[in-house]
Amino acid sequence: MCPYGFSVFRILQISGFGMCALRGNGMDEILRVCGLKKTFRLSAKQQKLEKSGDRKKVALNDLSFTAYRGEVFGLLGPNGAGKTTTLRILATLIRPDEGDAVIDGASVITEPGEVRQRIGFLTSELKLEEFFTPNYLFDFFADLHGVGAKEKADRRKELFERFGIDQFAEVKVGNLSTGMKQKVSLAVSLVHDPDIIIFDEPTNGLDVLTAKVVTDFLLDLKTQGKTIIVSTHIFSLIERICDRVGIILDGHMAVCDSLEAVTAGKSLEDRFFEIYEERVGGIA
Amino acid sequence: MKKNMLTIMKKEFARFFGDRRMVFTTILMPGLLIYLIYSFMGAGMAREFMTDDKYVARAYVQDMPEELALLFDPISARWTEVSGPETEDAKAQIRDKEADVLIVFPESFTDRVEEYDVHSGETAPNVEIYYNSTESESVKLRSLLVDILDGYESSMANRFDVNAGEEGYDLATEKDVAGQIFAMLLPVLLMSFMFSGCVAVAPEAIAGEKERGTIATLLVTPMKRSALALGKVISLSCIALLAGLSSFLGTMSALPQMLGGQQNGVNTGVYGISDYLMLLGLILTTVLVMVSAISVISAFAKSIKEASTVVSPLMILVMVISLAPMFGGDGERNPGCFLIPVYNSVLCIHGIFSFSCTAAQVGVTIVMNLLCAGVLSWVLTRLFNSEKVMFSK
Repeated sequence: MCPYGFSVFRILQISGFGMCALRGNGMDEILRVCGLKKTFRLSAKQQKLEKSGDRKKVALNDLSFTAYRGEVFGLLGPNGAGKTTTLRILATLIRPDEGDAVIDGASVITEPGEVRQRIGFLTSELKLEEFFTPNYLFDFFADLHGVGAKEKADRRKELFERFGIDQFAEVKVGNLSTGMKQKVSLAVSLVHDPDIIIFDEPTNGLDVLTAKVVTDFLLDLKTQGKTIIVSTHIFSLIERICDRVGIILDGHMAVCDSLEAVTAGKSLEDRFFEIYEERVGGIA
Repeated sequence: MKKNMLTIMKKEFARFFGDRRMVFTTILMPGLLIYLIYSFMGAGMAREFMTDDKYVARAYVQDMPEELALLFDPISARWTEVSGPETEDAKAQIRDKEADVLIVFPESFTDRVEEYDVHSGETAPNVEIYYNSTESESVKLRSLLVDILDGYESSMANRFDVNAGEEGYDLATEKDVAGQIFAMLLPVLLMSFMFSGCVAVAPEAIAGEKERGTIATLLVTPMKRSALALGKVISLSCIALLAGLSSFLGTMSALPQMLGGQQNGVNTGVYGISDYLMLLGLILTTVLVMVSAISVISAFAKSIKEASTVVSPLMILVMVISLAPMFGGDGERNPGCFLIPVYNSVLCIHGIFSFSCTAAQVGVTIVMNLLCAGVLSWVLTRLFNSEKVMFSK
């Protein structure tokens, strides 16, 4: 269960508050997701692929959870469960049909600009112009985030050295390897040193070496006190870096608690399949 | 917002001007190609109408009257009399391009012409000129012979002449002649060059960013969508303007060759600075309207290819509107027409070149164009906010 009761949220939502009440736990809340609902209209072709006569697909259905300052929160779930949709709502790329998410005091619905200022968002869907060099793109995105000249230079030095981009700083992105492109994307997404970092499948498609660099970097960010929301279906990644985990199944938050509480002494993989069979049924 | 808008503009300029191939194909090549093609066409047309002084035509004639033989004397041709079956041989030679013309006069041509009464209802004596329309010298000679015979026919019943003296009867000034030619040609040329410039850059920068997945990267930055829309529209307009300008310069440079040079009275020097300033204002604002309209259409497209296809009907519409002044119409007299974007620009450009446009008409057009570009940029801003439009697969 989420740290706040479904019934409490419903009562507040019905009574017009539109926000959940929180169960006080002494931790500094930085992200509050309340009753997110999102449906997508399916084209005739998509309906055929989904083998569904329904013109609408519910991607998220009353999804709620909270993340606290300085923790790594993992969203775990199979493909199509709603992880990416959740993160895209948090990044303000799409709007929920119902519910809201408040990030460091800013609502994704009413203050999307503020939210974008406070987060760093990275997903494989966000591409960089292949025509430009890492140097140019870093400057470009730094300018869009309003980063000052000195801070920009310091951040570039730090991030480029960290990821080994400095040797390729003047090479067009189109000529870089997949791993190096991902590192450049990572550096660019963190150009403004955000407190909240949202990563969708951060190690997807990367070779083991690059995946390790990214994972180690996430741990470094955690030690710096950053809050990280990460979605993945890789159990080992969650076990390695996450403090708390939420398991999403069919757009619902099936379980949301600390890693220890969710695993209850078992491996995360075993617990995930137990929960899956409990909530959804057997694996086809 | 202004800072982010400038950042977007800088990026669009860097993207365009950093790509030498794009600069060449979009800006340099159109102007150069237009200049070369139009000059080549002009030279070709001039050659077509120029006569070769040294050429001696090979002509056959049957039953040539003596009076006419004198009239045909100045023609540089070797005349051969034919009769009976020889006429068929002469026709075969013309067909084979070995001879140029065959003139067949009716027997006793001059007597029959004198006896002929136009009120009798009988068929007039007929002179037959056989020629080959695929052979330019044959066509030229036939045309010359028709002129001589027409002149001969007129001289037989000469009661009065029209403009027979050496006096310059056409009182149109050089300015009016130039104005008439430019007003007919330039609105459609300018509009098509401007539109082509816009089509070359706008779909790439909007639909292209969607296709490559780079638009989402921009949309997760704190920049306002309006800064993104305006930054794109203004920078793309500048690039489109350069592309249009290149085509325009190419055309203007080749125009004297196309129209036969200044001896025909076509002189661009008849326009003053105020005309060119009004034209500049119109071109700038029209490009803004075109770029913002194409950007809005491109925002709905999933790829550059789709955007280019969807923009085609708009191009046809712009071309049809641009042709309106060539076919007359009283648009310039109807003040309401100056409120219609694109059409108002066409009317003003036509008016400037024909010296009939007022500053007020240009002012209204510029304001309307700016308003239209503003509304379209607002629509583009809304589209950047629409997940359905930006992320639809």
